[in-house]
Amino acid sequence: MKPLATFHGGIHPPENKAQSTVLPIAGASLPDELVLPLSQHIGAPARPCVEPGQQVLKGECIATAATAISAPLHAPTSGTISAIEERPVPHPSGGTGLCIVIRPDGEQRWAPRHACAAWQDLPRDQLLAQIRAAGIVGLGGAGFPTAVKAGTRPDRIIDTLIINAAECEPYITADDMLMRERAAAVVSGIEILRHLVQPATILIGIEDNKPEAIAALQAATGNSGIQVVTIPTLYPSGGEKQLIKILTAREVPSGGLPADIGVLCQNVGTAVAIHDAVVEGRPLISRITTVTGASCQQPRNYEVLIGTPVSHLLALAGWDAKRCDRLIIGGPMMGFSVPDAAVPVVKTTNCILAPTREELPPPPPAQACIRCGLCAEACPASLLPQQLYWFARSGEHDKLEAHHLFDCIECGACSYVCPSSIPLVQYYRASKAEIRHKQREREQAERARQRFEARQERMAREAAEREARRQARAAAAAAAQAAKARADAEARPEAPIQPAADPVQAAIERARALRAGQTGDSSAASSTAPSPRQQAEQKVSTLEARLTKARKRHEEAVAGGEKTAAALASVVEKLEQQLAAARAELETTEEQT
Amino acid sequence: MAQQTLSSPHLRGALTTARVMQLVLLATVPGIIALTWHFGIGTLLNLAWACSFAVALEAAMLRLRKRPIGFYLSDCSALVTAVLLAVALPPAAPWWLIAVGMLAAIVFAKHLYGGMGYNPFNPAMVGYVVLLISFPVQMTAWVPPRESGALLGAMEAIQRSLALAPQAQIDAVTMATPLDLLRQNSALLIEDLWQQNPQFGQWGGAGWEWVNLAFLAGGLFLLQRRIFTWHAPVAMLAALGLMAALFYDGGSSASGGSPLFHWLSGATMLGAFFIVTDPVTSAVSTRGKLIYGAAIGVLVYLIRHWGNYPDAVAFAVLLLNFAAPFIDYYTQPRVYGHGATRPAEREKS
Repeated sequence: MKPLATFHGGIHPPENKAQSTVLPIAGASLPDELVLPLSQHIGAPARPCVEPGQQVLKGECIATAATAISAPLHAPTSGTISAIEERPVPHPSGGTGLCIVIRPDGEQRWAPRHACAAWQDLPRDQLLAQIRAAGIVGLGGAGFPTAVKAGTRPDRIIDTLIINAAECEPYITADDMLMRERAAAVVSGIEILRHLVQPATILIGIEDNKPEAIAALQAATGNSGIQVVTIPTLYPSGGEKQLIKILTAREVPSGGLPADIGVLCQNVGTAVAIHDAVVEGRPLISRITTVTGASCQQPRNYEVLIGTPVSHLLALAGWDAKRCDRLIIGGPMMGFSVPDAAVPVVKTTNCILAPTREELPPPPPAQACIRCGLCAEACPASLLPQQLYWFARSGEHDKLEAHHLFDCIECGACSYVCPSSIPLVQYYRASKAEIRHKQREREQAERARQRFEARQERMAREAAEREARRQARAAAAAAAQAAKARADAEARPEAPIQPAADPVQAAIERARALRAGQTGDSSAASSTAPSPRQQAEQKVSTLEARLTKARKRHEEAVAGGEKTAAALASVVEKLEQQLAAARAELETTEEQT
Repeated sequence: MAQQTLSSPHLRGALTTARVMQLVLLATVPGIIALTWHFGIGTLLNLAWACSFAVALEAAMLRLRKRPIGFYLSDCSALVTAVLLAVALPPAAPWWLIAVGMLAAIVFAKHLYGGMGYNPFNPAMVGYVVLLISFPVQMTAWVPPRESGALLGAMEAIQRSLALAPQAQIDAVTMATPLDLLRQNSALLIEDLWQQNPQFGQWGGAGWEWVNLAFLAGGLFLLQRRIFTWHAPVAMLAALGLMAALFYDGGSSASGGSPLFHWLSGATMLGAFFIVTDPVTSAVSTRGKLIYGAAIGVLVYLIRHWGNYPDAVAFAVLLLNFAAPFIDYYTQPRVYGHGATRPAEREKS
């Protein structure tokens, strides 16, 4: 099949691929320690499930996927967890990250492996789970968890599976060598993807500067229906969007995913990793990495355990640190330079480039933009880089977005062709970061405003509710009072119905006795408080009355043989005691007065 | 061990701005040779004056603006402006005329607008128009070509250049250009006009046709080196040719002359390949360049035929310099992954 379309622009930088394809892939030796960053992929960092000091076997899971978009980590060899700590990581920021450090024991003892040769019989979910458990992420550079990408929603029909074997970046030959040497595994991995995704068409896009790999793939694909499409060498044809355009003439909508237009794109190395994981039960613990650049005596590709320090790999390739100008992880167009050779190889490290100063000279000072338009001719997204540059310099974020800054894939073609050596991509990265930052700030401010308003509303609501409750209580109390008053009024005539007349009678007696006690000096009592003596006299007379009454009832009860006789006896006894006490009190008050 | 860190891309193409300017200078050489052959050494004197003034003024402005003088001078942009203005002026123009022109070009049109890359108007054309409006006599004193048999001698040229020649002598050895002749005569057959005046050559003006062909050769060289794209010059020449064809009546001097005459007269090729292609002041997108070039072509014909000036390229270019940002706004290319939307709709969304 022939490519269906071309993308706009593109450049032809010197390829520099020959020097690292002279020798076959070599196995890198075991380093003194392996450093595995918890974040080697897009998504949440993995969560360690081992402790320092713990023994681990080769292929044993040492960190689990933290969320749905995450990937687990496996011990690349058997050994001891020596630490879980911050170490320098290969990241454009040049910073550190939490890493699991393993001291290999050199025995390479494998943990039990779950190979499944009959993967065709596995249900889709189980196959995806196996890929997920193997920690496979996109090996082309982005590192997006493969199981998430391959497990698209059932309502999304993927009609075309594209295997990205373009490898358009200069210097990098990892995929090239992998295809030359393991074409059968590539096809096996593609078959597994075919089983998962059920596409109508499978296309392998490969640049025409890799004739050996093309021949190997054509031999391996045979009549499997997988088409090897040779595309013209043009940077950045390996960009996902560009490759999709070349092979299908479709464009991924801005801000969308290839799945939106029925395409799934996977890197050729990822296909091999899927084969290894499913057919051989081997999780992603190693990858092919190109070690190249003029400061390396023998540039070549290595199969290297994830976590191997870059310095170890460079030493294998005969690196001369004195001649090396900088260390680049990735290719010369999109790779980033790291300050420290101690950083480890991670799942997405496809190339370590150690150029001399003559090879990749530092950029000369930028001159004024003369709007020559070479950048616009080179831009694979059809942007106007020179306009974006003006807007970026003047901080016009609205205009940057109107000119589609976020469709920039940062391929570096514009900076490459710029005769004034303006670091255009750097301006775009900075502007994107600024806009994202502003966006986040706006969102935060919006959330804060919503929270504040919600709080105000809640407080107002609560105050209103409190007030309503208070009023309801007051109304209820008023109603209850009214009801009680009504009930009292109605209840009074009915009171004599009560079965035991005695308490009422007693109450009447008490009231009478009270009145009798008060009659003596009712005038004084009405105007002034009763004196202690009066109180004492009153008490005594009341008690005498109650005692008389109680004695009488006791006698009646005894005579009638009633059960209450004993109780009444104790009542009489109590009243006699109280009367005695009251009399004594009366005597003391008489003495005092 | 600390390595230096730099932002990607780490690889750069070989082309530099200074190299672009040097190639443009190189491409003017055939035109300069043709001018010198046909009109005498006056062109070389113009060049010497213009380049000296340009470098001096550029250095002075950089110093005033506190910019590194060596770094900015090395981009050769001032020399390009100087050369383009010098070849557009009448050969052996007085030194003060060139000085005023360079002052307008380098100081006003370039540095007062912010220097290299920030100028909305082509500096050489600003210089030319300032001179044309301010000093019409000197600007129309074009020397006769070799073919007329009255080629200006070296000594006279130097006298003129030093502003020492008396006006009578200047008038005596000045001839109207073919474009002037065609405009001034409206009651002759072009064939007769051709025969009566030694200024006409085989296809266009005598000498002029070779000068234009030489600038065309230089322009094709730049095109081959991919310094600019074909769109703007081809659009300009096509529009000019189309206008000439539309208004050509086949032979009387009342019409504007054949397309070939217009292509090979005046500053057509210099304008098409060295002025219209000036990246700083022109439209940027492919469609924009086509519109920009075509509009200049139309304007050149309109001003040549109905205007009052000896040539029209400078005015046409300056008018379209004004319009370039407007053209850019409406001719943004469709970005990958976006449907065809007009800018106004984009901004609304």
